[in-house]
Amino acid sequence: MSRLLPLIGFLLLVSLFGFGIWWNTQHDQREIASPLIDKPAPAFALPVLGEPSRTVDKASLLGKPYFLNVFASWCIECVHEHPMLMTDMKRLGLPIVGFNYKDEPEAATTWLSEHGNPFDVIVADRDGRAGIDFGVYAAPETFLIDAKGVIRYKRIGPITPEVIEKEIRPALVALAKETP
Amino acid sequence: MIPELGQFALALALLLALVQGVLPILGAWRGNAALIAVARPAAAGQGIFVFAAMAILIHAFLHYDFSVAYVADNSNLALPWYYRITAVWGAHEGSMLLWVFILNVWSVALAAFSRHLPPAFVARVLGVLGLIGVGFLAFILFTSNPFVRELPMPADGGDLNPVLQDPGMTFHPPVLYMGYVGFSVAFAFSIAALLGGGMEQAWVRWARPWTNVAWAFLTLGIVAGSWWAYAELGWGGWWFWDPVENASFMPWLVGVALIHAQAVTEKRGSLPAWTVLLSLFAFSLSLLGTFLVRSGVLTSVHAFASDPRRGLYILGFLIVVIGGSLLLYAIRAPKVATGKPFAPLSRETGVMVANLLFTTAAAMVLLGTLFPLIGDALNLGRISVGPPYFGFLFVMLMAPAVLLLPFGPYLRWGRAEGRQLTAMALRAGVAALICAIAAAFFAQGHLRAIAGVAGAVWIGAGTLSYVIKRWREMPRGRRFPVEMAGMLVAHAGVAIFVIGVMLSESLSVERDVRLAPGQSESIGGYDFRFDGVEETEGPNWRADEGVVTILRDGTTVGTMHPQKRTYSRGQVQTESAIDAGLFRDIYVALGEPMDANDVQGAWALRLYHKPFVRWIWLGGLFMMAGGFLAACERRFRAKKILAAEGKLKAEATPA
Repeated sequence: MSRLLPLIGFLLLVSLFGFGIWWNTQHDQREIASPLIDKPAPAFALPVLGEPSRTVDKASLLGKPYFLNVFASWCIECVHEHPMLMTDMKRLGLPIVGFNYKDEPEAATTWLSEHGNPFDVIVADRDGRAGIDFGVYAAPETFLIDAKGVIRYKRIGPITPEVIEKEIRPALVALAKETP
Repeated sequence: MIPELGQFALALALLLALVQGVLPILGAWRGNAALIAVARPAAAGQGIFVFAAMAILIHAFLHYDFSVAYVADNSNLALPWYYRITAVWGAHEGSMLLWVFILNVWSVALAAFSRHLPPAFVARVLGVLGLIGVGFLAFILFTSNPFVRELPMPADGGDLNPVLQDPGMTFHPPVLYMGYVGFSVAFAFSIAALLGGGMEQAWVRWARPWTNVAWAFLTLGIVAGSWWAYAELGWGGWWFWDPVENASFMPWLVGVALIHAQAVTEKRGSLPAWTVLLSLFAFSLSLLGTFLVRSGVLTSVHAFASDPRRGLYILGFLIVVIGGSLLLYAIRAPKVATGKPFAPLSRETGVMVANLLFTTAAAMVLLGTLFPLIGDALNLGRISVGPPYFGFLFVMLMAPAVLLLPFGPYLRWGRAEGRQLTAMALRAGVAALICAIAAAFFAQGHLRAIAGVAGAVWIGAGTLSYVIKRWREMPRGRRFPVEMAGMLVAHAGVAIFVIGVMLSESLSVERDVRLAPGQSESIGGYDFRFDGVEETEGPNWRADEGVVTILRDGTTVGTMHPQKRTYSRGQVQTESAIDAGLFRDIYVALGEPMDANDVQGAWALRLYHKPFVRWIWLGGLFMMAGGFLAACERRFRAKKILAAEGKLKAEATPA
């Protein structure tokens, strides 16, 4: 029996991988990446990076659509994405809320001072609990949340010029049509 | 016309791989010498056609043949020739071709250097390698063909990912593949032994040099990858626990366990089933790594193409290869406990404990890497675990390994003497304590640095004390057999590595500063003077190049030129400037200009002073050298196995 154990363990892994492939075919990560789309964003109240005494919650951000960008200093892809946030994303004219995910505050602050800070406000989710509510898989991720606090769009992975043209702009156009 | 020849060569290679995979194994089973004799020519034939396909793809890159889609996607007219060669493995299709190419390098080497082995055994080993070749060649031809044409032909190509345009990337992938594809040889030996049955000790001796060489290449590949990440990613880190890194690190950890378990089985006949299982695991993890990286199951944050067809194919291949081999293991693994008996305090026990630590570490890395997937399956949402999980658990698992390591050489086979161990522990412990106290004065309360010095000196002093013991006790010429020298060098490498990691992690100073030309900043006893930014140009990029003069006590030590490059396709890439030294690295990365209207022309700069960081890679290189050295042991090349066996018993070496 003990000789069969490695095989059984491997078959468990295989079923996990089979599931992973199936999951990927069911969920095109580029189009619909979250069950939270068109649902209210989860409520959160998180301290501001660098000012732990001040907290920002979901309610205080209502009233105007905004982007929420999940980043971390340990995230390699975030370095590649960052120039896009600094330029093209800022030009879209919406506030960008930084969501510093599972990160050391000092590391995040130095990272931002090196690469530049595109964010209007940054909340720190040190233990990643709010991240679980948002279904964060891995940084970077970007959410578009409308004035009523509903998630309208989510991008897993870095923002590229293509993503802005093909996905984010159409999402913004749809948003503008609703609120004349 | 030429790319079609490449495709043709791959198809022929696939046919020959089929021949190599089926006929020799049948021959060995039926005892048919004619079929057994097919193994070597078939391996040579497959090798020739795969090498030809590789040469044709390189030729297409060198001659700007943009009618080949893969060439057009990954190179352009401005790309220098050396990066056009490395672009061959810059994306998915070429990486898979490189995989098969390396597999054939190993097969051909095995066919050439196995004349002293029984023909039926060689036939089985080459047959297994042939079957692996079939799987990968079919994968390339049916899902990832690098020779697909793109018509009409574009006038110029895309670009190789600028991150890959770095000297470190030129040799990192081939060397890494030499390592983990190399484990296919140990795997094939195990399968051949399971198929044939009944010669545990002999096959392990034949497999050992191959395993050591593969492991040494893997070590070098990981070191090169770590060095590349440090130099190229621009923020001074050397390891990220990223799934792609983990994919190469898991086989490495199991490889460490395997080379030690093989030594036990070869010399004492103990643990044969465990050694077989580890060699199956080592290669299975290599395949698993390929699957994770290539299937798209974990790739949403990575640059690799994901195509569900490829994922399904590799999964099917995994089931056949790993599932099949584990099933074979379940049926045919050595049933009875063989080998000489050993006491609880013996080298066998020591190796078993180390094996347990390293395989647990590999399992821990696997679990962490698959966590997002497990989260999905259990409907917990995609949860990923980062460096905090890996860093903490890995240190927890490796601390006992560091503690036990110096005892290894002192432990005798069968039964060890406690007296010698305590004497060694006393000497090394005192040395470690003294150095830790000395370090405490320099490290200013950085506990990790002090612990690092203590751990490294503990290993170093313990290893050195064994060297001295051998020198005193053994006659000239018998003191350090090559195999033992390899072990000692590799263990010394661990000490160097521990110093590098612990000191650089705790004592590094990094500072982000805003400097106008002429201003300077001082860290780690060095003054960094910013002398402004110039424009410069390379073959396919333009860059802002900062000039930073490094001074120590007013005298110039060097000038550094960190760059911010913009490649022809608009990608921006920082090139850090690194002044390397044995005891410290100075590292400067250029950030952004502070403000366009700022008359002073100030820039954001990131400055690092990293003591001992180079020892991390130096330690890795020592481990690699140890692996290569141990593989040179004369015993492994003995023509007559039985004669060597008898001689060995007569010698009854304590090693």
